[in-house]
Amino acid sequence: MSSIGTGYDLSASTYSPDGRVFQIEYASKALENSGTAVGLRCKDGVVFAVEKLVMSKLHEAGSDRRIFTVDNHVGIASAGLIADARKVVRRARNEASNFRFMLNEAIPIEHLIDRVSGYVHAHTLYSAVRPFGFNLMFGSSGPEGPRLYMIDPSGVYWGYFGCAIGKGKQAAKTEIEKLKLQELTCREAINEAAKIIYKVHDEVKDKAFELELSWVGEVSKGFHQLVPEDVFAAAEQFAKDAVKETDSEEEDL
Amino acid sequence: MATDGFYLTSDPLGAKCDKKETTNMAIGRTLRPIVTGSSVLGITFSDGVMLAADTLGSYGSLARYRDLSRLLKVNDTTVAAGSGDYADFQYIARLFESLNIESDSYCDGHSYTPRSFYSWLTRVMYNRRTKINPLWNTVIMGGYHDNKPFLGVVNSLGVSFEAPTLATGFGGYIAQPLMRDAYEKNPSMSKEEAQKLLEKCMTVLYYRDARSWNKYEIATITTDGVTITGPMKLEGNWEVANYVRGYD
Amino acid sequence: MFRNQYDNDVATWSPQGRLHQIEYAMEAVKQGSATVGLKSKTHVILVALKRSTSDLSSYQKKIYPVDDHVGVSIAGLTADGRLLCKFMRTECLNSRYVFNSALPVSRLVSSVGNKMQYCTQFYGRRPYGVGMLIAGYDLQGPHLYQTCPSSDYYDCKCMAIGARSQSARTYLERKLDSFPDASLDELIGHGLLALRECLPSDSELTSKNVSICVVSANKKLDIMDDDRVQPYLDQMDNTKGGRRQDQEEEQRAADDMQTEQEGQPLEPPSDQGRTDEDSMEH
Repeated sequence: MSSIGTGYDLSASTYSPDGRVFQIEYASKALENSGTAVGLRCKDGVVFAVEKLVMSKLHEAGSDRRIFTVDNHVGIASAGLIADARKVVRRARNEASNFRFMLNEAIPIEHLIDRVSGYVHAHTLYSAVRPFGFNLMFGSSGPEGPRLYMIDPSGVYWGYFGCAIGKGKQAAKTEIEKLKLQELTCREAINEAAKIIYKVHDEVKDKAFELELSWVGEVSKGFHQLVPEDVFAAAEQFAKDAVKETDSEEEDL
Repeated sequence: MATDGFYLTSDPLGAKCDKKETTNMAIGRTLRPIVTGSSVLGITFSDGVMLAADTLGSYGSLARYRDLSRLLKVNDTTVAAGSGDYADFQYIARLFESLNIESDSYCDGHSYTPRSFYSWLTRVMYNRRTKINPLWNTVIMGGYHDNKPFLGVVNSLGVSFEAPTLATGFGGYIAQPLMRDAYEKNPSMSKEEAQKLLEKCMTVLYYRDARSWNKYEIATITTDGVTITGPMKLEGNWEVANYVRGYD
Repeated sequence: MFRNQYDNDVATWSPQGRLHQIEYAMEAVKQGSATVGLKSKTHVILVALKRSTSDLSSYQKKIYPVDDHVGVSIAGLTADGRLLCKFMRTECLNSRYVFNSALPVSRLVSSVGNKMQYCTQFYGRRPYGVGMLIAGYDLQGPHLYQTCPSSDYYDCKCMAIGARSQSARTYLERKLDSFPDASLDELIGHGLLALRECLPSDSELTSKNVSICVVSANKKLDIMDDDRVQPYLDQMDNTKGGRRQDQEEEQRAADDMQTEQEGQPLEPPSDQGRTDEDSMEH
């Protein structure tokens, strides 16, 4: 990379001569080692699926979760530095809680994402802090319908119908594009999301992984929660079968 | 005012939200409650706890709001019944809501027990009173957890204690003796007996307490969770009024 | 060591998206002496190897009490560990004061994780150079957590950290399936055997350099040192695979020339009449 050694890439408060802030770009690199996460906004809600890479056999199942609940109606799926993500999740919880206390109403996701992205952006302005090394997907359901947003280390956020973050995001995006998201229900989308995770998982490089699934929408009465066990089992089975099928198809060819 | 900021639920002591008080400024305090609820009652029975409260919000001696619920389901094991200032009780309800959302967001399977909710409320009440800015309530908390009933009360001074029968306000004089008597004679009464007892106490209170009302609710907490029934109506017999002399 | 310009402080990302200061802090954990934690369905234990700086000094404490239901063993910078322990004590006390109940272990760990994160992002700070094994018991049973200087934390079945701890982790991985149903004595036995894997070549486990910590339901945290550790060491040495087994066999052979025990593996000591409670007596 041409930036290395120029001295213009050591601080978040330094521009390079061609107008880039390299520290933010470097922070984004941290995401490339992280397991993939997928978010789908379907007609009655939002679903998340996360490929959580298992670092050690000695860890408990369900340790080190990468899906978080912010408020009743908002969930976050993360990729990148988990400790950074937890810090911002905590911040988001405070924002949501304060809003609810003052206004006696659930915080609108547009408002929440604006507040949180401002916080993330503030970490790109000063030499005293480093930018966050994560991508965060926010999913919510409310009177305005299901919403899906993603914040990147620069503090920029976009709304999405389907979104993928982490190391397998390119392959996952290709898969998402095949789906007709506006016609899917959460119940169907959770299977598709699980399938995508299984499909993009790199068995050669990363051995073990755990699947995490959550949803928010009519199916969960507007609450963000990890999916019930039976739904999880069905989705996982669906994903495994689908991957097996494509494998055997490839063999046939 | 020092505590004008809202409370962070994880910080009921207010350590983090204390603003510096401006010097030389007169400080206003609540000097009396405004819209008030009268007595609430609580009793433990063989396999649960039962709370009762009428639905009146008085404005002074005026029966201003006649359809207020003063029983608050805190979670599936806990109910709070509030007497005193109704706005303060609504504030306490909001605190409980925040506390629950914060706790649920951890997704770790833990939830607060009736005893920990109660303990938390005693800290809030005591903390407010040491700031000379109390919440003007006496709250009875009832719950059922781990196959054990829980019944406790805390007042605006932060004074708190647990007992198998409890009554606040005027009920402390009128209903408490009746409930104690019944409880001592039959410490493991059935749900039906407990309900009958509370109904009787509410009736007597309706006769005697000028700030009471003839509509009331009952909360029952057992292993099956919380059920709040009502409002039920008390049919008074005011024939006795004919015997009152000297006021007409 | 290779030097680069991106490793001077924690507020700088390297072009590869790494934080070198955090990685270096992780190395500090590997400098500390080893500690092992493991749990069954009913108990969670910590064993730790203490060091002394000279023959005249005492052994540095490795396991710290936090609350009646939480104990912590540390590897790395002791002072950082003590600071975090103090923080955890405050958190636990606060929970008891406000909620009249013990703080759930997962929430304790998440709050200490949040505290540690700050030092991984701010100029002029350094990450805590300590790894911790947090053993606790709450309404959901026994828990063992591992924390790192990166402020990551993991919910573990068992774990070993510190110098030469890889061999202990290999041992634990091999025996993983036997832990859930193990008795307390067996659990401690496994812990000591795993810890022994981490010993420098010229030393052995003694009652002076080993600490054991036990957390379980309805029983207060118990940290054992010195004489109280000895019975467990004796038990381990007599067990098949014990380090002193060979010497003892020779001894026994010499004592008892007539018998045919020579060369035979020793029987494990009888556990009969010995309960968990007995072994915790001191």
